[in-house]
Amino acid sequence: MSQATIAHSVVEPSPGTRRLAGSLVVLYAVITMIPLVWIVLTSFKSPDDAISYPPKVVFTPSLEGFCNLFTTRSRQTPEFIQTLGPPQGLCDEIARGRNMVVAGPSNYVPRFINSLIIAFGSTVLAVALGTLSAYGFSRFRVPLKDDLLFFILSTRMMPPIAVAIPIYLMYRTIGLSDTRLGMILLYTSVNVSLAVWLLKGFIDEIPREYEEAAMIDGYTRFQAFVKVVLPQATTGIAATAIFCLIFAWNEYAFAVLLTSGNAQTAPPFIPIIIGEGGQDWPAVAAGTTLFLVPIVVFTVLLRKHLLRGITFGAVRK
Amino acid sequence: MNDLSASSRITYGAVPVQPAVVRRIRGLSDKALAWLFITPTIVLLLAINIFPLVWTIYLSFTNYRANRANAPVRWLGIDWYQTILTDPDIWAAMQVTAHFVIWTVVIETVLGFGLAFLIDKKFRGHGMWTTIILLPMMLSPAVVGNFWTFLYQPQIGLFNYVVAFLTGRSASSFQMLGDVTLSPWAIVIVDAWMWTPYVMLICLAGLRSIPDYIYEAAEVDRASKWRQFWSITLPMALPFIMLAVLFRGIENFKMFDMVNLLTGGGPGSTTEVASITLKRAAFESWRTGYSSAFAIILFVTVFGLANIYVKALNRVKSR
Repeated sequence: MSQATIAHSVVEPSPGTRRLAGSLVVLYAVITMIPLVWIVLTSFKSPDDAISYPPKVVFTPSLEGFCNLFTTRSRQTPEFIQTLGPPQGLCDEIARGRNMVVAGPSNYVPRFINSLIIAFGSTVLAVALGTLSAYGFSRFRVPLKDDLLFFILSTRMMPPIAVAIPIYLMYRTIGLSDTRLGMILLYTSVNVSLAVWLLKGFIDEIPREYEEAAMIDGYTRFQAFVKVVLPQATTGIAATAIFCLIFAWNEYAFAVLLTSGNAQTAPPFIPIIIGEGGQDWPAVAAGTTLFLVPIVVFTVLLRKHLLRGITFGAVRK
Repeated sequence: MNDLSASSRITYGAVPVQPAVVRRIRGLSDKALAWLFITPTIVLLLAINIFPLVWTIYLSFTNYRANRANAPVRWLGIDWYQTILTDPDIWAAMQVTAHFVIWTVVIETVLGFGLAFLIDKKFRGHGMWTTIILLPMMLSPAVVGNFWTFLYQPQIGLFNYVVAFLTGRSASSFQMLGDVTLSPWAIVIVDAWMWTPYVMLICLAGLRSIPDYIYEAAEVDRASKWRQFWSITLPMALPFIMLAVLFRGIENFKMFDMVNLLTGGGPGSTTEVASITLKRAAFESWRTGYSSAFAIILFVTVFGLANIYVKALNRVKSR
């Protein structure tokens, strides 16, 4: 719509070129979306539909995948099920159709809550520490500044497994293994390097004159930071927070090696959802769908900040 | 005006800190404040990154095993380093890693730059389609990678069905994850699917940084579109392309989660990238000293290659 108002210059592509470019990109986008659409479709299939050949695109929707995701079930004889009262809820009804009864809730919800706590906790910490350091590096003469900044960045070059070995031993010694606090600290340390680099870029762009004016008016340096710089940096802080959040939400390597029962997040849990006789694909797909939904919503709502953050981070680093 | 906007935010922007603390912080000199701001980050990184790294270096010279913490620790010197660097299995893992890194980076760069070039034509709705293309890279590689094992199932998987439909072969005649020649490509496909958008975004930033007047001057000089592409677009976007290659190269050299879930290194060791070998040694055989030495070797390799590459990048940039 806005493009119609732009005057046609020599560097503007012709309408034909635009159409061709558009169709190729749309073709790629459609192909790349197929696996994601398939995850959502599979989550609403019955186990039989999920593994039918040829793969079914049209099917009767079923909530069995979601039921199997949230519950554990035990197999019973039909005679025993006859003796029970009426089924308690939809999931019990579906389970009884397969000669099973719902035995209790599954671990999915606790794992999901762990993911939420660890992702948000580490994001808040990383962004807070990152903002302070970024301001420090941006405004003050810090001895060995470039070395410190490079040191902060180089911590990202360690393979996660290489970091996990000593962290495993260290956490075992100080009692942080398989705790949410341990995971929050670990993810914070990974994210803080990105946060410092991203935020330093954003704060560099805020003119120093703003703070200097405030300080002439009687503010101290700290007040100027809180009342002038922070409000100006809100966009940058939000963009950085999204990145930290997405990393912590999606992280798998540390989670699978360093957590087991107590602090396990959803990524290591979803792949091990199994039913009778192998993986319960509708349940896995349901767990995957629910896990992906927040990120998809985030991406669509905040795409402008995200685009800036990714390219910005790339160019800065 | 400045003062006004600042003071109007006092009520909203003020951090809830204890008054006494505020009074103490207010009086700080710039130098003290700088250290107050930077120290927490440095302390965290020292505790969670540097101390463990130093510990890993120490362990790499010993025969320590994490599952026998109380056994006496013996100093081995550089024995592990010699063992690892002369071990044909390690070199096989390095080759698998190199195959994975090179092919994913090549495919992602070609596709990503191509997409960025097309999106830069600003067709109608390019913003929406860019967001859709971005989705795979935002998602958890582990969770989505795990679902690809379903798509790759020989009997029931969608991938096999589509390939069978397009080529006329039987869908169960090939196993992407179970076949020695196909499985390295299976992980390359998923990685390319996931990370092409990342390369695309960086290339797009590069293309958009080229000022219009250069193309206008080229038009005045009657340079063909083809000539413009090779003499303006590609050279000016090259630093960005190289940056994308660097980031993907480092990330894929460290690749663990997706491969672990797709193949776990199998069949045999055909997809056993370095991180999988390291995980097996460290958390399955519990050879902590040995795996620490291997971890250090990997770190030095990434660090060294990245530094050489950045030098080349800076040379391209300054041209």
